[in-house]
Amino acid sequence: MSTEQPHGFGFETRAVHAGASPDPITGARSTPIFQTTSYVFDDVDHAASLFNLQTFGYIYSRLTNPTVAVLEERLASLEGGRGATCAASGHAAQILAFFPFMEPGDAFLASRKLYGGSITQFSHSFKKFGWHVIFVESDEPENFRAAMTPKVKAIFCESLANPGGVITDLEAVAAIAQAHHVPLIVDNTMASPYLCRPFEWGAALIVHSTTKFLSGHGTSMGGAVIDSGRFDWAQSPKFAGLTEPSPAYHGLRFHETFGDMAFTVYGHAVGLRDLGPTMAPMNAFLTLTGIETLGLRMERHCANAQAVAEWLERHPDVAWVSYAGLKSSPYHALAKKYLRGGAGAVFTFGVKGGYEVGVKVVESVELLSHLANIGDTRSLIIHPASTTHRQLTDTQRTAAGAGPDVIRLSIGIETVDDIIADLDQALRGATRRNA
Amino acid sequence: MNHDRYDDAYLRDILRSIKTIAMVGASTNWNRPSYFVFKYLQGKGYRMIPVNPGAAGEALLGETVYAALADIPVPIDMVDIFRRPEAAGAITDAAIAIAAKVVWMQIGVRDDAAAARAEAAGLKVVMNRCPKIEWGRLHGELGWGGINSGIISSRRRKE
Repeated sequence: MSTEQPHGFGFETRAVHAGASPDPITGARSTPIFQTTSYVFDDVDHAASLFNLQTFGYIYSRLTNPTVAVLEERLASLEGGRGATCAASGHAAQILAFFPFMEPGDAFLASRKLYGGSITQFSHSFKKFGWHVIFVESDEPENFRAAMTPKVKAIFCESLANPGGVITDLEAVAAIAQAHHVPLIVDNTMASPYLCRPFEWGAALIVHSTTKFLSGHGTSMGGAVIDSGRFDWAQSPKFAGLTEPSPAYHGLRFHETFGDMAFTVYGHAVGLRDLGPTMAPMNAFLTLTGIETLGLRMERHCANAQAVAEWLERHPDVAWVSYAGLKSSPYHALAKKYLRGGAGAVFTFGVKGGYEVGVKVVESVELLSHLANIGDTRSLIIHPASTTHRQLTDTQRTAAGAGPDVIRLSIGIETVDDIIADLDQALRGATRRNA
Repeated sequence: MNHDRYDDAYLRDILRSIKTIAMVGASTNWNRPSYFVFKYLQGKGYRMIPVNPGAAGEALLGETVYAALADIPVPIDMVDIFRRPEAAGAITDAAIAIAAKVVWMQIGVRDDAAAARAEAAGLKVVMNRCPKIEWGRLHGELGWGGINSGIISSRRRKE
């Protein structure tokens, strides 16, 4: 069954309204923060229906919560998906994305160009579940086909890759995933649904760290996995978790019972129930408020980032700039294809002088904030080799675009001349002291 | 009419206008999908009548199970077809024969020829949908589980 999209409502309208109608009891127009752990049952039969998943309703906030549910529906609407499951963080959402179908001994393919934290999570912690990652050089999509094995159950990539400027050819990778009957999971955090809609290119699932551009103000941790509703879990015995009888629900088969909602129902009824990484209602509220201005913020983020990238490219102390919005970028054509309205706000550049100068630049800024986040209204700066990508080997760092001379920027929505002036004084100071 | 998509108003009108639903293929096994839908719609105030020749004479959630639509002694507003697509044609003809007003075929069930016969006889038809999901979606319940209802409204929900 296809999801009925609202009658032509545009992205910005859905960013403000989707999932949130006035409270039926009070008429409250803003989404209330339902700060409650649990919900009363009408009677024992009602409780049984809820526990059996025979009726829609709330039991316990580890599984579902009315404030979080509004955010879930809004994210599903903005991505064009069937449903969404929110989680305490982007990393928790990644576990929820794989959990329904991965078993010990299974494997998945992942782009080598990922956020360093994801590389670490996949390489080390997933191994404790018996889930094995096979990293693939993603610039050539055919590499995914070559890496396929019978144990592979999914392909994972980032639409716009962290830390900078790299764009995955989603349509080509999705075609390979479809040919092998495995879901393509796309981390769309860096682009946000405002710039990129991976489902339109064939992705089956999308994950987000809502902490970044969606929340937008650096206030609230969160993550989400969004299901397109278009992947046929029943076409292969690989996805038994969704198609075979579930012992914890007395033999219920999720796919047979819930159809294209199966993945999202499983995400709550099993994933959140048993793993427990629930998003707090307060964080859902702050993220909802952030999303209302997503379009406006992304316009300014992208315009500022484009101006800063162009300025850096001309700067004498800068060796290179990796921003897909620049004509010099090898990813410029992919940006034009996959990103609408700009090339994002996060990118990297290399300083002449390597590691030492890189460290000095991040220590010299006065307006930009030296911290480990992206997608804040404030402009952020970090030296990945000494921070976010520190746990990786030298080879992994370079492969992930986080070599010793690399500085990552997340450009905020301040006055662009002020961002440029601060970077200019930091670069001048760092290179002068270094000389 | 076009059965690839339905206006919300069409579905809402059907769900508001009917009172008695005969479910063909209702299972007495509590963890079968048909039982879920039966119990949910019963809870929303519809009189649910189960039809299942394999369980005829048994009780399902307080209602007697009938072997066939023709055996039901009360008027039926809607026939919900919870059977394989091949069975939909004959059940639709039986629904026309008992003067039902609506034929509703569950997700995965579609028979355009049967739909045309029902519409020619004045019945409304919905195919490849679930009345539980549509009721929940139109009343704001589907979003409780993170599902995209596709509905945007600045009005307070009633009912």
